[in-house]
Amino acid sequence: MLKNITLGQYFPGNTIVHRLDPRTKLILVIVYIAALFTAYSYVSYALMLVVLASCMALSAIRPATAFRGLKPVLLIVVLTAVLNLLYTGGTHVIVKFWVFTITWEGVRRAVFMVLRIMMLITGTFLLTYTTSPVALTDGLELLLDPLKKLRVPVHEISMMMSMALRFIPTLIEETDKIISAQKARGADFETGSLIQRAKALLPVLVPLFVSAFRRADELAVAMESRCYHGGEGRTRMNRLVWHRRDTAALLLGLALLAGMIVLRRFGL
Amino acid sequence: MEPVIELQNVTHVYSKGTPFEKTAIDRVSVRIERGQFVGLIGHTGSGKSTFIQHLNGLLRPDEGQVRFEGRDIHASKKSAHEIRFHVGLVFQYPEYQLFEETVYQDIAFGPKNMRLPADEIDRRVQEAAQFAGVPESLFSCSPLELSGGQKRRIAIAGVIAMRPDVLVLDEPTAGLDPAGCQSILENLCAYRAQTGSTVVLVSHSMDAVARIAERLIVFDQGHIVMDGTPDEVFSRPGELERIGLSVPAATKIAMCLRELGVPVPGSIYTTEQLTDALVTLKGEADAC
Repeated sequence: MLKNITLGQYFPGNTIVHRLDPRTKLILVIVYIAALFTAYSYVSYALMLVVLASCMALSAIRPATAFRGLKPVLLIVVLTAVLNLLYTGGTHVIVKFWVFTITWEGVRRAVFMVLRIMMLITGTFLLTYTTSPVALTDGLELLLDPLKKLRVPVHEISMMMSMALRFIPTLIEETDKIISAQKARGADFETGSLIQRAKALLPVLVPLFVSAFRRADELAVAMESRCYHGGEGRTRMNRLVWHRRDTAALLLGLALLAGMIVLRRFGL
Repeated sequence: MEPVIELQNVTHVYSKGTPFEKTAIDRVSVRIERGQFVGLIGHTGSGKSTFIQHLNGLLRPDEGQVRFEGRDIHASKKSAHEIRFHVGLVFQYPEYQLFEETVYQDIAFGPKNMRLPADEIDRRVQEAAQFAGVPESLFSCSPLELSGGQKRRIAIAGVIAMRPDVLVLDEPTAGLDPAGCQSILENLCAYRAQTGSTVVLVSHSMDAVARIAERLIVFDQGHIVMDGTPDEVFSRPGELERIGLSVPAATKIAMCLRELGVPVPGSIYTTEQLTDALVTLKGEADAC
């Protein structure tokens, strides 16, 4: 049941998207988000959809996988849709009941907001689907490198991030195991009132916390016994190499953003 | 006689529809008779753990059927829940599932979920603790403060306390010292002798299963490749080695002796049998 959570999960592959430098992908995601928020009309949304779909096709990620990633935010999407639908003022009224009025503008806005959220999530998930956590944090560390001058502990932050990402699947697996073990002892997580169900989680949470702390402890000892002492003077086994395809991808991304801004200027 | 658990053509596929798709067990059929002591052996990733999670309905077969006493355990949601009290499953490293404030409460978790009256729960906790070798002096301790071996016993007691018809254990001795292994296996044998319940034991230790199991099922790559008495299984050491398994130490020694021309009999898989055979041979030689 927990296996459905794909947040931060990496799907190994050897497509052009997988091979791109993580720095490129990180910047592209930011550019993509900026472009998405510039989108404003049917034309521009359609263009963004085409871009997203082609990126997904290029990275060989199945649409079903991408949609599964949307499940956890379904509630937010629905809420956004309903609120936008009900609270957008406008002149073209469709229905009017009680204190609510639904207008054409509201429908349009709701559709756009839902599209925006879904594309935002799918697009950013594409990054974690195609980039291994280690590559991702390496890229992030290098991108944030200038901040070291401002005494921001960039290396430590990226190390913490990579550990957190690294342990998401482990903890999910562990949770799954503990749930199975407690189910085997007759624990019931699926029936009962909300309070009963919350209480039923206790036999899962306690062992999970205990093991998370144990893991953290073991990891700290392992790191220390290998003389880990932070970022100062550390070299890398896998150096990131900037290829021509990275420059090309980046230029394409910037062109998209520029195009979106121009489209917006023309009111499209 | 009707088997207590029967699997018919059970197939289970993990992560269906993703690049990680993996068929863990493939059309496995097996009948486990009441009271039998079954040893399950196989290499890591051979499908043993997936197999045992079907026995108590934790996993649902993608194809095929699992029956407990003739009834499909997935017939209804209720039956899939009930089955867990009939087939007790002790996971690998079960000490990581302990969560209660005291040892007593942790062992009582299973019976409590069965909604038994308090005095019955108490009786079962005492009984289970005794079977698993948990001394009463530990009852009020926090299970998290105890040693690994003690935690393991508490976890096993927690499953035994449900008085399951079938007790399934996944590597109950993994990571324990030899003395700890030995005493857990002894407790297990005593438990079975006294209650007559069916036991399924997954183990890496050929010596352990050879000594205590009546029937061995060998898994390889999601299939059952051998199923028979220890005699039958260990008489095929070549095949076992090909799938990455060893034979018990005693069998290995007997094989070497045979190669050297010593006429030791074929079915030897415990130290006692080897000693007996050698003593007999020595007696024959002396008589000549």
